[in-house]
Amino acid sequence: MNVDLSVNIGSLTLRNPIMLASGTVGYGNEISEFTDLNKLGAIITKSLSLKPRKGNPPQRITETPAGMLNAIGLANVGVEVFLKEKIPFLKKFDVPLICNIAASTIEEYVECTQILTEEETIKAFEINISCPNVREGGLIFGNDLNAVAKITDKVRSATDKPIIIKLSPNVSYIAAFAKAAKENGADAVSAINTLVGTAFNINTRKPKIQNVTGGLSGPAIKPVALAKVLEISKEVEIPIIGIGGIMDWKDVVEFMIAGSSAVQIGTLNFIDPSAPGKIVKQLEEYCEKMAIENISSLTASYIL
Amino acid sequence: MFIINAPVEEIIEIDHHIYLLKVNAPRITSIIKPGQFLNVRVSERVSPLLRRPFSVCDVDGEHLYLMFNILGEGTNILAHKLKGSEIDILGPLGNGFNIDGNYKTAVIVAGGLGAAPFPYFTRKLNGKKEILSFVGGKSKDDVLTYNLKNVKEATEDGSRGFRGNVVQLLEKNIESLKSKKIKIFACGPTLMLSALKSFCIKNDFDCEVSTECAMACGFGICQGCPIESTTEREKYLLVCKDGPVFNIKDIVI
Repeated sequence: MNVDLSVNIGSLTLRNPIMLASGTVGYGNEISEFTDLNKLGAIITKSLSLKPRKGNPPQRITETPAGMLNAIGLANVGVEVFLKEKIPFLKKFDVPLICNIAASTIEEYVECTQILTEEETIKAFEINISCPNVREGGLIFGNDLNAVAKITDKVRSATDKPIIIKLSPNVSYIAAFAKAAKENGADAVSAINTLVGTAFNINTRKPKIQNVTGGLSGPAIKPVALAKVLEISKEVEIPIIGIGGIMDWKDVVEFMIAGSSAVQIGTLNFIDPSAPGKIVKQLEEYCEKMAIENISSLTASYIL
Repeated sequence: MFIINAPVEEIIEIDHHIYLLKVNAPRITSIIKPGQFLNVRVSERVSPLLRRPFSVCDVDGEHLYLMFNILGEGTNILAHKLKGSEIDILGPLGNGFNIDGNYKTAVIVAGGLGAAPFPYFTRKLNGKKEILSFVGGKSKDDVLTYNLKNVKEATEDGSRGFRGNVVQLLEKNIESLKSKKIKIFACGPTLMLSALKSFCIKNDFDCEVSTECAMACGFGICQGCPIESTTEREKYLLVCKDGPVFNIKDIVI
């Protein structure tokens, strides 16, 4: 049986639903030593801002039960250096490149998008309105329905390419944000970004990460992520890219059943950077075994 | 860098709660340099989740040795690995020590478990350079001298060797050190490295240090292990990729 693994995110067709999450693959060069990028659905760059960002001081990460907290603080090379130094490497691959954009002001989102949209290698944008680790922008936008609506609307008028809004789980009703994104022209949403968390050293009584709070990721957040995906899926008609603690192909299937059209692999890349390629193969085997001709038929196939 | 499954050959307790993990890993031993490190997945389970970074302790033919103490759940699992079981190792990672050069004497300065990278370093330099080892710890149980040569010890409580810290011990030997063409290679706690930096600047000694930082991936994608550079203030260096070995003058410590 020939299994069709392809999925659509708005006008973007991916050869399979496996995407590499922003902030977990840098700009692609290191992970390409472990996994064949040409076999993946898409890769999403580390968040890019208009100017380079140094990021937060150490300690930036700490492990927690079945998860990790990070407060990298959007360290990145900036749009200009990205285009000059990072794009040439990424051009060599036949995999859709999605740029994640982070900004402190609505104008900065627009300016980044305007500059990057000129580069033909970039196939879509993921707008990061939900970074929990920076003072300006980030979550301040992600928690504000009007800001999400406005950012989506302004970025929409800056590019013809698909726009994915990366939603924060740190809200009481995520579907409202997905709806605001859809109504203002977003092609898809990705859910979820990390959950705000913290951890203390009981001897020093100091937080384990310098930023005090960080973003929780890894298998610990999977049930939360699935519930958020399901909530959006039930209430808003928009493609969802599921993210949150995926460790294997079974988790991918679960995210698709809950409503995802595609998924992003994040924390797993740190542990087993060869996993994404293997998961694609295992998904194909699963579909064959279950006689699923189109993997896209799994999306929102839940029986409640 | 690559991922291998290496069979465990032995777990040796060399000293009070200090272990050596011996694995067969020819792909790694044929290329790894002293000061480089490996990121070890201690279990397939989701907790502990992340790999644990260890510097290469020693290499003997196809045998790779990692030194560790039991600090938490991950190292506890590692200490109880069974002979013949396989262990998932990602590496070699980072930049090792620059052991070539026109110095005559390699001066090792190690604090506590910072001694871990130096057995392999000593093996590589043996017969090529004179090697002097200055090893310190809080108390005699913290002084690790496994497979080191020409060792001088310092303990803060005076329970073994010189009473004081290892940099004070260097100060005590300053005349002898100044009479030789030395290069210092160091690894240890941050406080030791800060004191060592002042000592090296004051005496104009060339010094490379192996640093550490909490990290997730070990090869640059998580950006979790920044270290402040003295030359480029607008961005951080990464311990995993730009280090873990740095010239002591290049980092803020």
